[in-house]
Amino acid sequence: MASNEHLPTDPQAVIQCDSVFKIFGDKAKEMLAETQGSIVDAKAFQEAGCIVGVNNASFNVTRGEKLIIMGLSGSGKSTLLRCISRLTDATAGRILIEGQDLLAMTDKQLIELRRETMGMVFQSFALLPHKTVLENIAFPLQVKGVSTQDSVKKAMDMVELVGLQGRENYFPRELSGGQQQRVGIARSLAVEPDIWFLDEPFSALDPLIRKEMQDEFLRLQSVLNKTILFVTHDFDEALRLADRIAIMKDGVIEQLDTPANIVLNPATEYVKKFTEDVPREKVLRIESVMDPVNSSEALSDLKVSKDAIIETVAEAVLSEQHPVPVADENNEVVGVLHQSKVIHVLFGKKADEPHQ
Amino acid sequence: MQFGLLAIIFLFSYHFVPHSESSYFWRLPPLLKELPGWINTLLDNLMFKWMAVDVWDPVWKEYEQRPVFRIITRAIGSGILFVIIFVRELFLGGAQTIGAFFSDAFLDANEWLYWPALPWTAIVAGAAILGYQLQGVRLALLAGIGVAYLCIFGQWQPSLETLSFVLVCAPICFFFGLGFGIWGYMNKTVEAALQPLLNTMQTMPHFSYLIPVMVLFGVGDHAGAVATIIFATPPMIRLTILGLKKVSPDIVDAGSMSGCTKSQLLFKVLIPTARTDILIGVNQVIMQCLAMTVVAAFIGAKGLGSDLKIALNSLEIGKASEIGLSVVLIAVILDKYSLAWANKQKDYFSDLTFIQKYKPYIGFILLTLVAILLSYLGALYFKDGINYLYYVPVEKGFTISPFIDAGIDWFWEAFFPYLNAFNVWLIESVLVPMREAYLGMPVISTFILVMGAGYIVGGVRSAVIVGGLILFIALSEYWDRALITAYMATFAVLISAVLGIVVGSICAQNQFASKTILSVCDFFQTFPSFIYLIPVILLFGITDTSVMIAAIVYAVIPATRYTVEGLNSVPVSLHEAGTMSGVSRLQRWVNIELPLAVPHIMLGINQTVVFALVMVIFGALIGTIDLGQLIMASLSKKGGAGIGFTLGIFVAFMCLAVDNLIQTWAKERKKALGID
Repeated sequence: MASNEHLPTDPQAVIQCDSVFKIFGDKAKEMLAETQGSIVDAKAFQEAGCIVGVNNASFNVTRGEKLIIMGLSGSGKSTLLRCISRLTDATAGRILIEGQDLLAMTDKQLIELRRETMGMVFQSFALLPHKTVLENIAFPLQVKGVSTQDSVKKAMDMVELVGLQGRENYFPRELSGGQQQRVGIARSLAVEPDIWFLDEPFSALDPLIRKEMQDEFLRLQSVLNKTILFVTHDFDEALRLADRIAIMKDGVIEQLDTPANIVLNPATEYVKKFTEDVPREKVLRIESVMDPVNSSEALSDLKVSKDAIIETVAEAVLSEQHPVPVADENNEVVGVLHQSKVIHVLFGKKADEPHQ
Repeated sequence: MQFGLLAIIFLFSYHFVPHSESSYFWRLPPLLKELPGWINTLLDNLMFKWMAVDVWDPVWKEYEQRPVFRIITRAIGSGILFVIIFVRELFLGGAQTIGAFFSDAFLDANEWLYWPALPWTAIVAGAAILGYQLQGVRLALLAGIGVAYLCIFGQWQPSLETLSFVLVCAPICFFFGLGFGIWGYMNKTVEAALQPLLNTMQTMPHFSYLIPVMVLFGVGDHAGAVATIIFATPPMIRLTILGLKKVSPDIVDAGSMSGCTKSQLLFKVLIPTARTDILIGVNQVIMQCLAMTVVAAFIGAKGLGSDLKIALNSLEIGKASEIGLSVVLIAVILDKYSLAWANKQKDYFSDLTFIQKYKPYIGFILLTLVAILLSYLGALYFKDGINYLYYVPVEKGFTISPFIDAGIDWFWEAFFPYLNAFNVWLIESVLVPMREAYLGMPVISTFILVMGAGYIVGGVRSAVIVGGLILFIALSEYWDRALITAYMATFAVLISAVLGIVVGSICAQNQFASKTILSVCDFFQTFPSFIYLIPVILLFGITDTSVMIAAIVYAVIPATRYTVEGLNSVPVSLHEAGTMSGVSRLQRWVNIELPLAVPHIMLGINQTVVFALVMVIFGALIGTIDLGQLIMASLSKKGGAGIGFTLGIFVAFMCLAVDNLIQTWAKERKKALGID
């Protein structure tokens, strides 16, 4: 990609995408060469028999960040993930993984990269039906050439990490969906990758199990601190798990921001439709509604963190007589939270709405 | 509508084209008359002239000129023969394999080198243990009793000859099939090239391979094996491609993301995941190998097939029935084995002791020792003559063939007038007029019919394909014979289709009946096709009627099966919607089930056509006058290779034309209905 060489490389970024396109069809490359690296007209491509999967995606993911790609089916979210894992080759653009150009890699380098730094979880679990739980988890290690003894030992650690002790000799067909996905997660983590891809990992599960697995995911991430790309079609899931969310529609990233910013300032009409019904208290942090410290005010004894989600502290705050001081990570007071603000977040939105 | 118009044009041309030998509308000139000759010349050149090299002849102690191609085919042939004899001698004993390494004089001096036959009791035990391992007590009993029958009824030696033949052919088919299947899966171009080739290979009559194979490989078990391998490999290739394609793309991606190299992906992810389909392919291979046993006997393969052929030729129905039953037993047992293997899921046991791990092998060895002990005891008991506890020679076992023959004689005497009346009526009032009608069809009408149907079904493309296939036949000297084959097949297909759809529809109304009829179909499908000829000869003697009935019985299986499957696949919600709209059973069948099931039923009819043609050609074994008989006759003719092969291709093309029409129609119809 000679044309992209002038683009800067972000040293902080683990994954860096610059103007990534994925267009299916025979004439895709020629047609794309005529455009100037901006968002292309999907209709024009469609008339030529091409389908635009990913349309000019550019973003960075920094170390330890959970970036969630959200979109409905056909929005190109999985295609984007497949481009970044190079399960499919991007039509144009540049993808850097830890500063290495992914698209320029040979097959051998790619296999090496996957063996050392990437792990992936699939919606359909994609376990090997002829291998036991333990063998499935040890599989990435064994194809890498790790000795049986070491790989089994490592796989046993993984079994414990995802809480499947006692089932290591079961076959996938003998496990429930949630358990199978735990195996999928354990397999993807067996080689201790830095980058963790999850392609709709919980979409095939029942709502209750899904909630449980989301908690499990958060628990694992708090221990492991991976760089994560997570694809989902469930906006609530995205809000719950994300550091930042990228909302995709028809291959275009409509907005990429923190959950709070997306809810408070939706960039497009499309994004707004998702955010309308979202309860703000589940998204907003104290920081975004606190007021500056006013020394004349009497404050209550309770202290809340500025990073806390409103919902989690609302009840405690509302039971206090006086406004509540807000502390930062060094436990210094940086603001006060008035009960009226909390009430407004909890109930205010409905009052604004014209109907009823 | 369109079909009605086509029928009118067809009938019009049928009546108004003059039946004159000089008119090209009546018959096309045999421009391709030379084709068999060309094939013969090609084979001749390959075998006797092309690229001669000097080879040391150890017998004459001098260099000899031999063509490379011939050296290669003969080497392959003797390689296969060596393995077949080796496996055969493992069971039956002998000295040919050992003789390959030692001189005759040395063998004579050291008689202990002769490999003794395994006692039949040991093989029965082995079959039962294998059945138990694969499925359980039921299969163990079936296998044990089945194998014991083979021995007790004096079919031991030919049965094991057939078995060793299958045991050698099947693995070769497996490796070729798997190899080509993987290649086809990896490479779209290869797959596209394989499809028509496989279609032709599978629809060519079994006989037509024989003569080219005989020319290239000579006569004997190895030649039979080569013909069998050609015939039995295609389904393995198909099922391998199908199985690999069915592997979920997520699993392939998961393999890639685990860091698999291409070969790790293939051998550790794809093939194990597609295991069941690939093993169903093995099942198909084994069934095809058994179906070829009688045919392979024509070029010297030993075993049950060759005995059956002789019994049929000399009209020893009782004996033929016993041999036929042996073939069926072997087929059923091997079928159950391979299906059980395919469906068996690996179980994981972490810590097994040595005995637990090798239990079946230890059991087999112990039982073999017991069997050897038994045969020694037998040697003491049966002092002179045959040691029945060790080895039962051919035709020294029990036999019920005199009873069967007596029964048939009685049957003939009691029912001959009725059977004969039916026979005469069928031939005189149905078959002969139909044949005359076919033979009186001008070639132009045939083309109007098939190309018109092709055009209606799949546009110009289908019309050209179908027309091209038929044109090839029309330009040969064998058009009239092809018409006779077509008439026999049409008759059989019509009756089978009606029977199959009616029986299938009735059975599909009830879950239990559906299940029963499907397992009946399964059972009869394991019978090698020629088996069906035995009972019909018994009933109708050597006439067209026999062939027709055999063809109908054989071809009704797929028609029934696909009807049941098609009707059962209609979603329950549609049934319920119909019931709530207040339809009667009959209305439901006509208005809901049948329209939705028709595409699938048509695929069954497609199979029916292939099955009927196979049987009609097989009919040549007992004497008909269509293409099949010419193919049979070419077996013993000089330069028969070309004729046999050409005729085989004609039959294949007839199948392919029908196949193209039906497949295209079913596909379009499915698309229109939004199913599949």
